[in-house]
Amino acid sequence: MDKVQRDLLETIADIHGVPEGAYNIRANGALGGRATTANIDIVTKKDQPGIDILIKPGTVNESVHIPVIISESGLTDMVYNDFYIGEEADVVIVAGCGIHNCGDQSSRHDGIHTFHVGRNAKVKYIEKHYGENGPDARGSNIMNPTTVVYVEEGGYIEMETTQIKGIDSTVRDTKAYLNGPGAKLVVRDKLMTHKDQHADAIFDVEMNGQDSTCDLISRAVAKDDSTQTFRASIVGNAKCSSHTECDAIIMDRARISATPEITANDLDAALIHEAAIGRIAGEQLVKLMTLGLTEEEAEQEIIAGFLK
Amino acid sequence: MLELKNVSFQVADEKDLEKEIIKDISLTIEDRKFIAITGPNGGGKSTLAKLIAGIYEPHSGQILYNGTDITHISITDRARLGISFAFQTPVRFKGIKVKDLIRLASGRELSISDACGYLSEVGLCAKDYIDREVDASLSGGELKRIEIAQLIARDTELSVLDEPEAGIDLWSFSNLIKVFERMRENRARTIIIISHQERILDIADEILVMRDGQVADFGKKDKILPELLKGTAGCKYYQ
Repeated sequence: MDKVQRDLLETIADIHGVPEGAYNIRANGALGGRATTANIDIVTKKDQPGIDILIKPGTVNESVHIPVIISESGLTDMVYNDFYIGEEADVVIVAGCGIHNCGDQSSRHDGIHTFHVGRNAKVKYIEKHYGENGPDARGSNIMNPTTVVYVEEGGYIEMETTQIKGIDSTVRDTKAYLNGPGAKLVVRDKLMTHKDQHADAIFDVEMNGQDSTCDLISRAVAKDDSTQTFRASIVGNAKCSSHTECDAIIMDRARISATPEITANDLDAALIHEAAIGRIAGEQLVKLMTLGLTEEEAEQEIIAGFLK
Repeated sequence: MLELKNVSFQVADEKDLEKEIIKDISLTIEDRKFIAITGPNGGGKSTLAKLIAGIYEPHSGQILYNGTDITHISITDRARLGISFAFQTPVRFKGIKVKDLIRLASGRELSISDACGYLSEVGLCAKDYIDREVDASLSGGELKRIEIAQLIARDTELSVLDEPEAGIDLWSFSNLIKVFERMRENRARTIIIISHQERILDIADEILVMRDGQVADFGKKDKILPELLKGTAGCKYYQ
């Protein structure tokens, strides 16, 4: 693995060298390294590109890293990764994709991650997306992650998804089915776009289990001429509660459109949606300037805090 | 030393007519004095404080700080010259934590124990607050105290506080008075504090009374306060 690839790995997955526990590194569309543990198996799919990650019931305090890195310009990569998290397991899964584009052709990674969260299992899923271009390289970086989540009785999944920078075009599509009683989904999505980038974020959550809960917070910043759309559709089909929040800051000439949708098909479905888009409040800038920051420094602090 | 020379400030009213909020004010505030500004609502107190902090720029006149003309310099530059400002309604942020604001106020990387020290001074149990976001989850009183903790962390030559007691419950207010008393006892800094509270006016060296955008009275506390209290009894204060 060369330095470019090592740097990408560090940016998207905080990996320095070989990660601890189970891992599968995909580099330029091929296997770049794999390790399994007694409780976590990783198996290459036979019918399509991708892997199955099999986590035994009762596995606790273990992690799986499955980063994807692309450093060849013009590469189009598509993977299907399926996660089977056994009953009562408690694990951390770190995914992420980094593209270093040193040419003029588009590099593209599309991934479909499907999670089957077993009864009373607990998953923390961390996903970072990042792109960068070499000097004078004009190729665009494209990522289209699709995430599908099935949660059984008492299961819990917390998704921390971040698009840091450098992704020119993305459709981030997340579908969740909270099927079991007490199933719980927490999403913390952070997205920043620059220049003329475009991002679509789509969330569809079906709450079918009695007392299932969903807590979805999306924070987005659009700078320069970039554009974003955000659509969240939450459907309550049982006694359940959901809170979705879409908060966005627009700067320069950027545009953001947010479409919240909540549907209650059960008398005891309690669904809340909050959405706000606006520029950085003038009083926030003034406040930080009274502490001695310049307007630019104040802006950076406000955005860093907002996306933290 | 802070000097205002013939400072005026106008805003456009609902009929788009210029309305003078500050009318030709001239005054001098000596170093290491504790000055209380009081007077009826709408008298121009907050506007005056914001003119000093650079949040508003006067339409005419001059503001001098330690002999330097700061009339047209930015909020940032004034802050760096040593002027601090505590907002009447503290600003809320999504994502910025209490420790971030204290760090930015102090202008250096802070250890957790340093940051906690500043919060303890304003009567907040530091470990409960240091990692809290400065957002709607904090009460008005908590935000006010965090605002004052930032002033203590900044430790600048001049601090301007706009109604620090507003929105604070009685219990917190007693603690706050102690903070101001300590500031006054140190005698190292100049404090300008806008207040309606007798207990704050009582610890001031001098009291400036503003009414209708003008200085109605300015002098030693022992001279001004009895007159104010006399006036309040007969409601003259608000006439």
